[in-house]
Amino acid sequence: MIEALDNILGTGMTVMYLNSIATTVKITLTSTFLAYLIGFPLGIILYGTASESIFPNKYVNAVTGFIVNILRSIPFVILLVMTQPLASVIIGTRLGDNAFIFHLVIAAAPFVARMIESSLKEVDAGVIEAAQSMGSNNFQIITKVVIPEAKPSLIIGSAIAITTILGYTPMTYLIAGGGLGEMAVRYGLYKFDEQTMYISSILLIILVQILQETLNHIAKSSDKRIRNK
Amino acid sequence: MIELEHLSKVFDASSKNIKAVNDVSLKIEKGDVYGIIGLSGAGKSTLVRCINFLEKPTGGKVVFDGIDLGTLPHKELLKQRQKMSMIFQNFNLLSQRTALKNVCYPLEIIGTPKKEAQEKAKKLLDTVGLSDRIYSYPAQLSGGQKQRVAIARALATDPQVLLCDEATSALDPNTTRAILSLLKKINTEMGVTIIVITHEMKVVEQICNKVAVIENGKIVEQGYVKEIFMSPSSDIAKELILPKYENANKTLSQRILRIAFDGRSSVEPLIANLILECRVVVNIMGADMKDINGVAYGQMLLQLPEDDTAVNRIKAYLDKKDVKYEEV
Repeated sequence: MIEALDNILGTGMTVMYLNSIATTVKITLTSTFLAYLIGFPLGIILYGTASESIFPNKYVNAVTGFIVNILRSIPFVILLVMTQPLASVIIGTRLGDNAFIFHLVIAAAPFVARMIESSLKEVDAGVIEAAQSMGSNNFQIITKVVIPEAKPSLIIGSAIAITTILGYTPMTYLIAGGGLGEMAVRYGLYKFDEQTMYISSILLIILVQILQETLNHIAKSSDKRIRNK
Repeated sequence: MIELEHLSKVFDASSKNIKAVNDVSLKIEKGDVYGIIGLSGAGKSTLVRCINFLEKPTGGKVVFDGIDLGTLPHKELLKQRQKMSMIFQNFNLLSQRTALKNVCYPLEIIGTPKKEAQEKAKKLLDTVGLSDRIYSYPAQLSGGQKQRVAIARALATDPQVLLCDEATSALDPNTTRAILSLLKKINTEMGVTIIVITHEMKVVEQICNKVAVIENGKIVEQGYVKEIFMSPSSDIAKELILPKYENANKTLSQRILRIAFDGRSSVEPLIANLILECRVVVNIMGADMKDINGVAYGQMLLQLPEDDTAVNRIKAYLDKKDVKYEEV
């Protein structure tokens, strides 16, 4: 099987593609997971501390919003260079996949925070008011009302987040990481091997489509607002 | 049960202070179905939200069951809210939960064991007539059914008071009637005191025993429904209650008599007897008769004959029958 594919792709290329796919999936999923770990609470803070929200706090909202905006407005390539020293302190190296995941999480977490915030904002204020009238505390409103009500939108948001993060993965070629994107850049830019560049790009596209469609499907089938299923 | 003492709520909107609720004092007794009626923008929704402190009043007191809500720490206030449920114009159900789980919600937040909560929720959904739809999601229910779920949810914590904020305004007339009779049943059978916020007189007619009329954040008139219906004194109450015959008055120079009926006098054929006994001809310009809690109330506008002696005979007859009237 591998030999047959090697005949078309070139010697040793099949294994390389497979490894690159695995690396890209690993980088994407790990970064997304960690970005959500940081971004989700930030999103809740941004949502809840806004004026007219559940626990308004002008200062917390302004400070959190400011940090998120600053991080979001730095282009990823520059952020990647800026956070090099931080990576060597925290990860222990400036190079490779793990260092790249570190940079990616810093870039993606604020983005995820804004995605979460906007999904939570979609929840009908009337439903929250009803929960308040029943004597719910803020924690219950967030965990039992706002997040469950926003679930379909949160899942669609995660599809956008994960594909955006996947879109950043080729940058890893700057710090000697791996994956499909890095492969496409390396072969396309430095080896003038257009066939490999196109094949790895197509594999990337397929990966994006699979992730996006799966998550959109989950979002749709979990949404109880849709009448006929 | 609930006493509002000089309650006020002022909103600061760009240096202009808007008094949404202005020095309102009301006393709601246990077992009342208390209507608060006003046109939109009169401040009635803000008023009802001040009762359960969803809006913090800027002045005055809310005393619920002897407790001044304004003095309570936040945690205690949340507990009091569980005794004072609320239903809304837009139902405000959790869209991602079934009817059953919606009714379970208030029990969940007070830590009722799941099985016990579900049993109670099923019983309540049966009370509101939805036992066959317990696993439906709100999107699969009609407006009336959604409001029934909301009512079941509001009853889950065995509240003493039910606040209804325009609860039937999004429903058609038939559904409105059904929901109102359900509320009446909850009032009489479960002893829940109900406060009804509405802009529709027919809601007050159907279920309330007392009513307060609110305009520009102020209560302009309050009392028993039948008394206010018989003789509304404020302009806004007249506008809400009286039939609109102003145009007729302008085009006719004749004298018009407004007769107010109460339950006693509408049992007998008053007008027919009046015509026979006084030997006069009167013209019925308009009538608006209502059935309130099983007794008929209403009013009628009669065009009188020109002859003064005939008019006096009519008035004497109405006096004899103890019927209230006024010449308009």
